[in-house]
Amino acid sequence: MTSILTVDDSVSMRQMVSFTLKGAGYEVTEAVDGIEALDIAKTRHFDLVVTDVNMPNMDGITLIKQLRNLADFRFTPILMLTTESGPERKQEGKAAGATGWIVKPFDPDRLLGIINKVLG
Amino acid sequence: MAIDMSQFHQVFFEESFEGLEIMESGLLDMDHGVVDSEEINAIFRAAHSIKGGSGTFGFSEVASYTHAVETLLDAMRNGTYEVSQEAVTALLESVDLIRNLLVAARDGAEVDMLMVKEKSDDLREILNNSNNAQTMPAATPEPSPASTPEPSPASTPEPSPASTLESLPAGTPEQPPASTSEPLATSKKVGWHIVFRPLAHLSRTGNDPLRIIRELGGLGDLQVEVDISAIPELSIMEPESCYLSWDLRLTGDIPQAAVDDVFDWVEDDCDLVVMPTYSEEEKQEPEPVAVDVVQPLEPPVVEQPVVERRKDGRRKANRRTPLDRRDSDRRAGQVAVGSSSIRVDVEKVDSLINMVGELVITQSMLSMMGEDFTIDRVDRLKDGLDQLERHTRDLQESVMQIRMLPISFAFNRFPRMVHDLGIELGKQVELKMSGENTEVDKSVIEKIGDPLVHLVRNSLDHGIETPEQRQAAGKPETARVELIAQHRGGNIIVEIRDDGSGLDTERILEKAEERGLITEEQGLSDKQIYELIFQPGFSTVDAVSDLSGRGVGMDVVRRNIYELGGSIGIDSEKGVGTVFTIRLPLTLAILDGQVISVGGDTYIMPLVSIVESFQMRPEMLNMVAGRGETVRLRGEYIPIIRLHEIFKIEDPKTVDLCSGLLMVVEGEGRHCGLFVDDLIGQQQVVVKSLESNYQQVDGISGATILGDGSVALILDVPGIFHLARGSGTTAMAEDMPMELSENEVVGSGKHV
Repeated sequence: MTSILTVDDSVSMRQMVSFTLKGAGYEVTEAVDGIEALDIAKTRHFDLVVTDVNMPNMDGITLIKQLRNLADFRFTPILMLTTESGPERKQEGKAAGATGWIVKPFDPDRLLGIINKVLG
Repeated sequence: MAIDMSQFHQVFFEESFEGLEIMESGLLDMDHGVVDSEEINAIFRAAHSIKGGSGTFGFSEVASYTHAVETLLDAMRNGTYEVSQEAVTALLESVDLIRNLLVAARDGAEVDMLMVKEKSDDLREILNNSNNAQTMPAATPEPSPASTPEPSPASTPEPSPASTLESLPAGTPEQPPASTSEPLATSKKVGWHIVFRPLAHLSRTGNDPLRIIRELGGLGDLQVEVDISAIPELSIMEPESCYLSWDLRLTGDIPQAAVDDVFDWVEDDCDLVVMPTYSEEEKQEPEPVAVDVVQPLEPPVVEQPVVERRKDGRRKANRRTPLDRRDSDRRAGQVAVGSSSIRVDVEKVDSLINMVGELVITQSMLSMMGEDFTIDRVDRLKDGLDQLERHTRDLQESVMQIRMLPISFAFNRFPRMVHDLGIELGKQVELKMSGENTEVDKSVIEKIGDPLVHLVRNSLDHGIETPEQRQAAGKPETARVELIAQHRGGNIIVEIRDDGSGLDTERILEKAEERGLITEEQGLSDKQIYELIFQPGFSTVDAVSDLSGRGVGMDVVRRNIYELGGSIGIDSEKGVGTVFTIRLPLTLAILDGQVISVGGDTYIMPLVSIVESFQMRPEMLNMVAGRGETVRLRGEYIPIIRLHEIFKIEDPKTVDLCSGLLMVVEGEGRHCGLFVDDLIGQQQVVVKSLESNYQQVDGISGATILGDGSVALILDVPGIFHLARGSGTTAMAEDMPMELSENEVVGSGKHV
């Protein structure tokens, strides 16, 4: 089963992402911030990571950098959820190693569309 | 897959309201001069989450306003905007506005969008007015059109009206035509020729060229040619690098945006050339197309139908600005979420589950015992029943615990309120709160808020002096208001203390006389004078100020507290300060009651309402002309209400006042003697609402089920007063008090 790690400090967003992905048949693990996500990522493999950018404790950009340092996550697609559609944020994410981004607001269909594409 | 987004709404609202609280308390901290970058970050994150969520869940008004707030916060966070008092105040106002917008979104109410627009313009104004406005990041997702550099008309042939808000470095000598793919939409374009040359590091971003090519294939008919010429010798090949490049021919009526989308994530990680292909006869005069990226220093030749996008190329800054799209039909699916919910600590739930487990064990033990019960096992049965009782009680307590919330839920609005009021009134006030973690039933918290607000407003408005007055009185300029909560016995005590001027007894007396609340100087004690402020229609300030106004008086405060089964007292010393003490029950679901009987009926009188009960002697009874029966008690005349009369009970055990019992009860600050047949005993009763099960009944606050299964009504003292007063127009008028004069409260020393 394809496994996805979703990271967001907002309960409603996390629920929505998780619900949508589970509904599409993915196995979903949730984390509330970068630190928790990183801890989980160190223990197991994921096929995809979807992370928010602005989070307490460890933000999404730092998380992406840290994940890229883990052998198992060097090539794993990592998508960031961002409300900033401006180029700076995206550049920052790209520089950290993000695969791509999903610009908020998004609806479940768009989320699935993008994720299905990434996972082929 | 259709997903009902409304299922996430409630969580979204809860979390947004929490976010607003974080913003508010953070802003208030900044207000005190503490500017901590982590604090600003936390505020920013809260705003950011609200914006993201509201956009996603379809509340575009909230999203668009919050965006303006976020922009300002972002500037503060980056240090491009210096935190100012003005900004903090504006942001605090924004918090209120967002809260209102959220409430409106939740309840499906209309919002004055014009006002919202104005407010968000105000915020932008603040940002633009700052001396460092020009250092604002160009990436502000929604740059106001005014800030976009005006392209020079000489060098820009007809910028398309659809042109995007491309922000180019000022001073670009030549600006090419702005992007538009419209002219080609209907032309003979037959597809796209794409040269895709990933840079070596592409796969390290988690992107896969094959995925991209597959995606292109999904758009139309795709011819793929791979160029393997760049593959080096095996000995020097980096296995993780990408050496292939592709020449792709995509056929079909495919908009440029769709192609752009495919390469959106990798445009900086590859060399990419996208050019339209035309049918033969069109090829001679290709039109410029979709110039959405420009190299400022090498403007493309206009005729060149090719746009190169390199990793240093910049793309239109505001494609997909989320707030541009105001999907009005998104609102259609919006559902008002009105149900209330509480968050419960997992520990509480766990303990509940434990207890239910115990209960189940006891129950199965008892039922086993019941299968072949013999009399010699009666001791074990008793043990079992004891256990059942214990577990039931524990369970009851645990369930109550679930409804218990820290009183901070009622307190947390005060820092903001005191801050705002202080500014408005020109008074310096420091608020201190303690015991915020004291737990009270949720329903108590919901209902105590307004009375507390009123009392705190009162303290600031009437109690606290201006800094000048305080200085003159030799007090510190900054006044202190304290909110203290604590458990005492089965009650919770909330104190509102201020170190203001104290209650002015002379003015109170003057006012009370003016309003006809008291007739003349009656030698009232200070305490009795303080009680006067709870009388309906009493206000010591001539012009009802904005703040304490709202048409609510202290009488309403007391009534609200009484409705909660609580009481309120005042203590004050002139020049030193005032203390209001509110006593509240821990829960509204259970009360300590006195079981009484009248005729064949059983009633419950809440213990908190009872002052004393006694048997009357004939010499205590007085008939006062026009006032009916009264009882003289320690020099005070207290009106008597016969319960059997107002409830029309036909078979009282006695109508002789001296053979029944008189129960002196207190409500809304008044006393009266309630004549009943008998007192049966005290017990805790579980309150069942009459309103939700039947309808509201005057004089009755609820019902309960007694041990024998019968229903007993719970008496409501103020309701009984009203009933008695109302019945003054009936035949019973002669022996009923026409009016339970307010004086009775304070009238212990006076004569009727």
